[in-house]
Formats: sequence, C-alpha cells, structure tokens
Amino acid sequence: MVNGKRTLIIIPALNESGSIADVVGEVRGELPGVDVLVVDDGSTDRTAAVATAAGATVAKLPYNLGVGGAMRLGYRYARDHNYDVAIQIDADGQHDPRYVPKLVDLLDDNDLVIGARFAGEGDYTVRGPRRWAMVMLSAVLSRVAHTKLTDTTSGFRAANRRVIDMFATWYPAEYLGDTVETLVHTARRGYRIRQVPVAMRKRMAGTPSHSPARAMIYLGRAFAVLTLALIRR
Amino acid sequence: MKLTLVTGLTGLLLLGTIVELLRRRQLREKYGMLWLAVLVVVIPLSLFPRLLDNVAELLGVASGVSLVLFLGIVFLLLVCVHLSWEVSALEEETRTLAEDFALLRAEIDADRAARDELVSTDG
Ligand SMILES: Nc1nc2c(ncn2[C@@H]2O[C@H](COP(=O)(O)OP(=O)(O)OP(=O)(O)O)[C@@H](O)[C@H]2O)c(=O)[nH]1
Ligand SMILES: [Mg+2]
Repeated sequence: MVNGKRTLIIIPALNESGSIADVVGEVRGELPGVDVLVVDDGSTDRTAAVATAAGATVAKLPYNLGVGGAMRLGYRYARDHNYDVAIQIDADGQHDPRYVPKLVDLLDDNDLVIGARFAGEGDYTVRGPRRWAMVMLSAVLSRVAHTKLTDTTSGFRAANRRVIDMFATWYPAEYLGDTVETLVHTARRGYRIRQVPVAMRKRMAGTPSHSPARAMIYLGRAFAVLTLALIRR
Repeated sequence: MKLTLVTGLTGLLLLGTIVELLRRRQLREKYGMLWLAVLVVVIPLSLFPRLLDNVAELLGVASGVSLVLFLGIVFLLLVCVHLSWEVSALEEETRTLAEDFALLRAEIDADRAARDELVSTDG
C-alpha cells in the first residue's frame, strides 16, 4: 500500500544479478507493503534466483522479449491481480524508490506519471546525438501530451488502473516503442500525463545498454519511431 | 510515357499499402522501415528509368534497366535469406515455449498426483 493504494512495483531486468538484490531490498525497505514483480527477460546470469531470494515475485520469460515485452507481462500481472497502481523501476538502481509516494500522489489527478531527469533535480547529463534525440522527443511529445515532458525515455513511470488496463492489452515490444510510442498512444486517448523531477543515480553494477557509438543510430531510430507513432492510430 | 505512368502508379500504390499497413500496426516497424527505404529508391526510378544509366556505364552494364533488374534480384534473394533466418529464430522460440509448457504440465501433474495420494491415504 502507498497512500492507501494497492501498489505493484514492476522491475524489468536483463542480466542484472549485480544490482537486483539491492534494488529489491531498497524498494521493500522504503515502501513497506508494496509488492515487487521482477520480470526476468531471459537473463543468462542468476538474476531470477537473486531476485527471488531478495523477496520479489519473479516472472521468468523463456527468451528475451525486450523491455516492452517484459512490461506488458508486468501490466497483465497488475491487472489480473487487481492493483490500483503499477510502477516501473529500472533494475540497475538508477531510480530512487523514495520518489514513489510522490508519483503515486500525482496519480490522483493524472493517469500516467513520469519520473524525469533533466527537470531540475540531480545532475544527470547526456551529450551529442543522444541529447539531440532527447531534445527532439521532448519538444514533440510535450506538444502531443499538452504538458511539459523533459525525459520521454525515462523508465520510471507510475500508471493508474485505466492505464494498466490499456497497457495490459497494448504495449509495443519494439525498440523505443515502450517509451515514445506509449506516450503518444496514451496522450492521444485523452489520458493525462505529468512528469515529476527526480534525481537519477549511477547504475550500481552491470553494463548500460547504450554505448556512445550507437548514439547516432539512436537519433535516427528515435526520429523514425516518433514519425511512425504520430501517423499511427 | 505510358510505361512511366504504369510503373509510377505501381510504386505509389505500394507506398500507400505499406504506409497504411504500418498505420494499422499490421507490420512491425523493422519490416516497414525496410520496405519504405526500398520504395524511396524505386519510385524515382519508376518515374525516370534512365536515372541509373550513368552508374550502369561506370559498372560496365549495358543499360540502367538491366542494372535495376540485377539489383532487384539480389535484393529479393537477401530478403529471402533474411526471412529464413527469422523463421529459424521463431522455430527455436516455439521449441523453447513447448518445452516450458511440458515442464509446467509435468510439475502440475506431479503436484496433483501428490495431492490425490494424500487424500486417498487420509480418507
Ligand atoms: N526485460 C528487459 N529488461 C531490459 C532489457 N534491456 C535492458 N533492460 C532493463 O531495463 C532497464 C534499463 O536499462 P539500462 O541499460 O539501464 O538503460 P538506461 O537506463 O536507459 O541507460 P543508462 O543510462 O545507460 O543506464 C534495466 O533495469 C535493465 O535491466 C531487455 O532486453 N529486457
Ligand atoms: Mg539505466
């Protein structure tokens, strides 16, 4: 329970055995009474075992579906088990669970709340093409959603029942679709989106999925995905 | 002139079909992008078939049209190879799914058998 709402924390994880125990432990310590679902997306290390030992419920996918695939499973679980709120948190320890009550508070008047870097708190910075991509995405998506969005690819989000129901049946598995396309889709259907500034921490262990060399490709794909999302129904 | 009209219209029709399929989410992004890229090359060529004549000459091919045919066949072959690769990956995935399913069923059956055992010894 967070603020009287049944809350599920969904953590998509791929080979995060180095940090998952601390993340699950911290979430359970900071937020007593929430349930934690770790979706292990075909990890080749001991992520699932470590997460179970730390006290999380673990759903183990037989092979890698990507963050979007893992998240739809998470939202289905939330819907089937009748949760009021579902919150996505990264498995690398970059998201601070102490912000969760703030996100949940805002769900009273909004349907989807995003914990955003670059919004005042913390000192997370990105440079080069990856930054240009983020600026472009922010500008366009802010207009579509009629609210200021500075961190559209954030994996720190809280959804209420209406959005859980939608995401349980529709959630793209494609690259960037899980962040960019879901925002366009959600805004287009009249749901209210809001962002909350959060400080982002360094990942605790493991390797980040993005290398600087891929930044330029990232920009191109971000543009393609955005265009596609905008012409799609 | 007539030919240009036919090829040009065919190209535009293909473009429309692909965009519409993408819009209706019937086509995954990766395939959609591939076909859109192909059309971006094909449509100008269908309107101005002589566009590739210079390149053809450079490569020692008699005319731009034969070059397009050659490239088209190579491209289609690559697409076939790619699709076989995708199907192989899918087969591997369904195999894993089937195994998971069988393992789950075995566990459930074992559980049920154990429970029935308990009930019969109790009763
Ligand atoms: N389910 C699933 N989770 C993934 C996959 N790839 C990454 N993740 C998880 O997604 C979260 C974010 O991944 P990161 O690599 O940290 O991406 P990021 O936070 O955008 O990038 P950094 O700023 O470099 O950390 C982590 O919890 C990862 O474990 C995947 O293929 N499937
Ligand atoms: Mg991260």
